[in-house]
Amino acid sequence: MSDASTQYADTWKKPPFIKNSVLRWLIYLGTVTYFFVALYTMEVNWPRVAEGIPRGIDMLSKFFPPDLSDSRGVILDGILESIWMAIISTIGGILLSVPIGLGAARNLAPTWMYLFCRSIIAVSRTFPEVILAIFAVKFFGFGPFAGFVALSIGTIGFFAKLLAEDIENMSKSQAEAVRATGASWLQWVNYAIQPQVLPRMIGLSLYRLDINFRESAVVGIVGAGGIGAHLLTSVQRYEYATTATILFSIIGIVIALEYTSGYFRKWVQ
Amino acid sequence: MPMIQATDGPIWRKRTPLKQWLIWGGWLVGLCIAVYAWQLISEKTIWMFVWDAPRQMADIGTRMVPPDWSYMDKLWRPVWDTLNIATIGTAIAMVLAVPIAFLAAHNTTPHKSVRAVMLFIIVGTRSVNSLIWALLLVVIVGPGVLAGTIAIGFRSIGGCAKLIYEAIEEIDQTQVEAIEATGGSRAQQMVYGIVPQILPTIAGVGVFRWDINVRGSTILGIVGAGGIGVQLNASINVLAWTQVSMVLIVILGTVFVSEYISAKVRGAII
Repeated sequence: MSDASTQYADTWKKPPFIKNSVLRWLIYLGTVTYFFVALYTMEVNWPRVAEGIPRGIDMLSKFFPPDLSDSRGVILDGILESIWMAIISTIGGILLSVPIGLGAARNLAPTWMYLFCRSIIAVSRTFPEVILAIFAVKFFGFGPFAGFVALSIGTIGFFAKLLAEDIENMSKSQAEAVRATGASWLQWVNYAIQPQVLPRMIGLSLYRLDINFRESAVVGIVGAGGIGAHLLTSVQRYEYATTATILFSIIGIVIALEYTSGYFRKWVQ
Repeated sequence: MPMIQATDGPIWRKRTPLKQWLIWGGWLVGLCIAVYAWQLISEKTIWMFVWDAPRQMADIGTRMVPPDWSYMDKLWRPVWDTLNIATIGTAIAMVLAVPIAFLAAHNTTPHKSVRAVMLFIIVGTRSVNSLIWALLLVVIVGPGVLAGTIAIGFRSIGGCAKLIYEAIEEIDQTQVEAIEATGGSRAQQMVYGIVPQILPTIAGVGVFRWDINVRGSTILGIVGAGGIGVQLNASINVLAWTQVSMVLIVILGTVFVSEYISAKVRGAII
């Protein structure tokens, strides 16, 4: 038992989230200084912002009711184009991702191949799809083909990386068992690795389809096909009722896709 | 595992015939969708341009080297702006996302109808890409960093609040009950029972979102919402390819650094 004369604190304080007090105060101080400097250097044209408030209200009032007539018949077409583009670029991206993912798995590929495939993944992960789309438009011309190329490359960064990580974390005993039967490399990949990673990969491809639709709705802004171009035009022409229609359809499709893909993912796993 | 009785003993199969057919059917439907989608896309493609692409790539590729290093002097400011858009946008989003998450989680929401409204806000802001938010906000508040910051903030509300409210729903309820048993009010239950449990999640979500937002804020300039995208767009429009490659290198560097920082901080928190 402890000494009776020991003084115990009779109040309790919540333990702080960051335990080292010097580090804690440095972080607080750094954060406050950063926000001060950042807000100070931010160039904001306040008169323009003030002018914008009635414009915003005007825009919102024109949002309702949305113009569902689709007078030029382009909205439905654009949305369908976005959907097809998302589907085909998910498929194309996965087809490209499988060899790259196999090459980027540490336990499968020789070092030079590992580094090569990892750098492809790193580059495609770094650049947002819209930047890829700008270049695809320059190379392949305007239209959904450029969007297809951009989104497929974007898919590599996501899918190949997760595939490689999944292969690296697989159970070794199954791989050894198949190898012990004298299987060739292809048989080894097909019978030892593929069954281990397939369920998760199906789930991820549905998830990626979801992401690709969201992106395919905006790559049109830089000319790569889909609904984005019409969205940009409608905003530039101040046709906010049309903007609202497009916006609400995008939200609706994204929600629908998210629920279906979530449902399918549960069903697969 | 199904077994088929044949004349020379049982044959083992991985799947029943019905399941096998269903899987084949699934592949067939998938293939049909892919072919149909491909056909629609190729109808709208001018193939002449596509066949010309390798020449274009070689042409632009050679024009892009060497990068115009001196252009860097004009890029420090946009990089700073880009980081500010991401950071302040994330901060705004987190400040709004935490209360929204508490109102949306079924164990802390005051009423079902409030929960429905909050879930609607979460889904609505999440579904619209930050570039679209930026497009609309440029019209309202004018081109510049502010539009980009609000756009990033808006898009992130849903993304952050979703992860936080899922964390709130998965907390260990016994700790909250313990606080309740001491006579703590509902506010005290939240502060002492729930917040300590989700604080690591909140910090992790913030850093994770910041990383995504750095990437997202590099493109907002395309619609005029500030950041390095403005320079990228301007250089592409005047076909200054050496400047374009410089901007790309800077974006690459910024994203790598942000990813490194985010991984380090998340490693320290979790």
